[in-house]
Amino acid sequence: MSDLYQAQRAMRRMRHAAMQRGVVAVLDLGSTKIGCLILRFDGGAPEQEVEGVGPMAGQAGFRVIGAATTRSRGVRFGEVHAMQETERAVRTVVQAAQKMAQVRVDHVIGCLSGAQPRSYGLDGAIALGNGPVSERDIAGVLAACELPDYGPGREVLHAQPVNFALDQRANLSDPRGQFGQQLSCDMHLLTVDTDVVQNLVHCIRRCDLELAGIASSAYVSALSSLVEDEQELGAACIDMGGGATGVSIFIKKHMIYCDSVRLGGDHVTRDISQGLQVPMPVAERLKTYHGGLLATGLDDREVIEIGGDTGDWDHDRRTVSRAELIGIMRPRVEEILEDVRARLDAAGFEHMPSQQIVLTGGASQMPGLDGVAGRILGRQVRLGRPLRVRGLPQGATGPAFASAVGLSLFAAHPQDEWWDFDIPANEAPARSLRRAVRWFKENW
Amino acid sequence: MWPLRRARDPSPSRLAYRLQRLWLTPFMRVLVRIGLPAAALAVPVAMHVVDADNRAAIAGQAADLRRAIEERPEFMVEELRIEGADRAVGNALAAAVAVDLPASSFHLDLEALRTQFEAFDVVRRADLRITSDRELSVTIRQREPALVWRDREGLFLVDPEGHAIARLDSRTERADLPLIAGDGAADHAGEALELFAASEPLTERLRGLVRVGERRWDVMLDRDQRIRLPAEEPVRALERAIAADRARDLLARDVADLDLRLPERATVRLTADAQDHMRQMRRLNSGESN
Repeated sequence: MSDLYQAQRAMRRMRHAAMQRGVVAVLDLGSTKIGCLILRFDGGAPEQEVEGVGPMAGQAGFRVIGAATTRSRGVRFGEVHAMQETERAVRTVVQAAQKMAQVRVDHVIGCLSGAQPRSYGLDGAIALGNGPVSERDIAGVLAACELPDYGPGREVLHAQPVNFALDQRANLSDPRGQFGQQLSCDMHLLTVDTDVVQNLVHCIRRCDLELAGIASSAYVSALSSLVEDEQELGAACIDMGGGATGVSIFIKKHMIYCDSVRLGGDHVTRDISQGLQVPMPVAERLKTYHGGLLATGLDDREVIEIGGDTGDWDHDRRTVSRAELIGIMRPRVEEILEDVRARLDAAGFEHMPSQQIVLTGGASQMPGLDGVAGRILGRQVRLGRPLRVRGLPQGATGPAFASAVGLSLFAAHPQDEWWDFDIPANEAPARSLRRAVRWFKENW
Repeated sequence: MWPLRRARDPSPSRLAYRLQRLWLTPFMRVLVRIGLPAAALAVPVAMHVVDADNRAAIAGQAADLRRAIEERPEFMVEELRIEGADRAVGNALAAAVAVDLPASSFHLDLEALRTQFEAFDVVRRADLRITSDRELSVTIRQREPALVWRDREGLFLVDPEGHAIARLDSRTERADLPLIAGDGAADHAGEALELFAASEPLTERLRGLVRVGERRWDVMLDRDQRIRLPAEEPVRALERAIAADRARDLLARDVADLDLRLPERATVRLTADAQDHMRQMRRLNSGESN
């Protein structure tokens, strides 16, 4: 645990160094596409108001100066699957973004959507001495949280204090400076597979870049897609990516649960490919141009040319009706949503005061998804798009870029995590000095 | 069969990626865009300059070029014109200040010429400029003589600032100018002029002013009359004397010396004849009374 603490602190230091230089890149390693945004932190207020970009709750301290996307290679289920291929893809996207920004970046903040995240809720309590609650007390109560046995080969990705309680007063967001007898806190701990994180770190190192932070994709896409009220009152964000679907639950502006379903838009494409006997690119084209989830009578009569260039005349001139296509896509989407529903149920989402569900991610653009999702997940479903940030190109404002945009928000204003507080120093020296003084008092 | 030429990988090679990152480093950009061309220029130049003959040739060419520009007709000054001075003074100045013309205006040191012109006593101020007609135009303001000063060494013409302009052979040459005398009289020429202005009613009788002890003035009138003025506020004292003269014909009487040095008490000395006369009168009066 201590070396992880040190590693995370090292990443925080790296992030500070990047802030001092003013340029940092965010890298969204997805299964379908890899996106890279280069941010410049100017610190000042926006010089001119851009239409549609509000004050963004103080998130406007940065500007996107470079953006690039490339087809993902070597990433499956949000995990690095072929290191060389992934490295090439990262090089491609970083080079393109640098070319657009005309600036060299050395620090990268990455996110990962796979790696089987697991959430734990921890609590801890300490007795307070005299005086107000100080930062040391908070570090102490965070260290006093009892760590669950999350097993070997797992690593902590996020450890965020969610709630503080001082004696009987709960729901304190910041107990510093207040008086009380006992300080307790709830902490949300997210663990992921160590190997996956190490692969990601290694892949970024091989591109001569320094990792200045790492975040869960489900968390950051919720940061960009949930509006402030939803984060405050309670909402779930479903980030439907290509290879994995992330689920995160927010309340009181803190993530309290995060999970990932290893199914996504690629599986829908593969179903079409298998069902219609077409290659994957053709299946992808059919899905994006003609796909849908709610069939009507008209769809029976809408005939889609499948196309192809195999040379076999009959094979290349097959047609399929749109209803058939919907019939292939819908069961898979329902399966994904059922899986998500199972995760939400396991997390106790039905007990939340507000049960808003926001669908985002590239796969959420399938027409009719909100209807299907409403039937499976509940009535309060909406399709979310990421917040608009300054300088973001029009092409990168769609829901597929929710996690990239969220990652830039995360880079600008990371939430306090456990490692942001100093580890409580050994109080042994002070105590032994006090003991020596007492010994003197008693004997002289 | 697989295509013979496989589709090119769109990703940059590791070398291309590193080179691009290196190129985006500000230091490298400056080095390549400024440092390399500068070095490429500096090396042949340095190799050329190392040879002494080459250096001399370069220096000679530079001098030639400079001379060629300096000797262009636009920059040449052909003649000297002196304005604002008498003909005689102007000719004397032109002869005394030997300006070597024609000369390039780059080589004319106008400031030095100006000090040369102003070194002459008769010149109060000289303004020099090079006109577009290729002339060196000197505008002279001469000193105007206001007084004649008799010194131990002779007679001088003096301007209102007390600056000696020229030697004078005889007083009759400039009989129109008032006369002052005594050591240091010229240094107080302004005061002397004020006194002359105040002594307007006495002009016909006035002979001149004498500086006594480099401290104060004596007004010399004809019939060897002398008015001794105080060192402080001599003009007021003189005006008082003139007022007394008007009221009582003081100066028309047989007075040798009117001493105003003490402001509260004016003293009058009579001539020797007048004293004898007065003594006789007194004796007669006392004889009558006895």
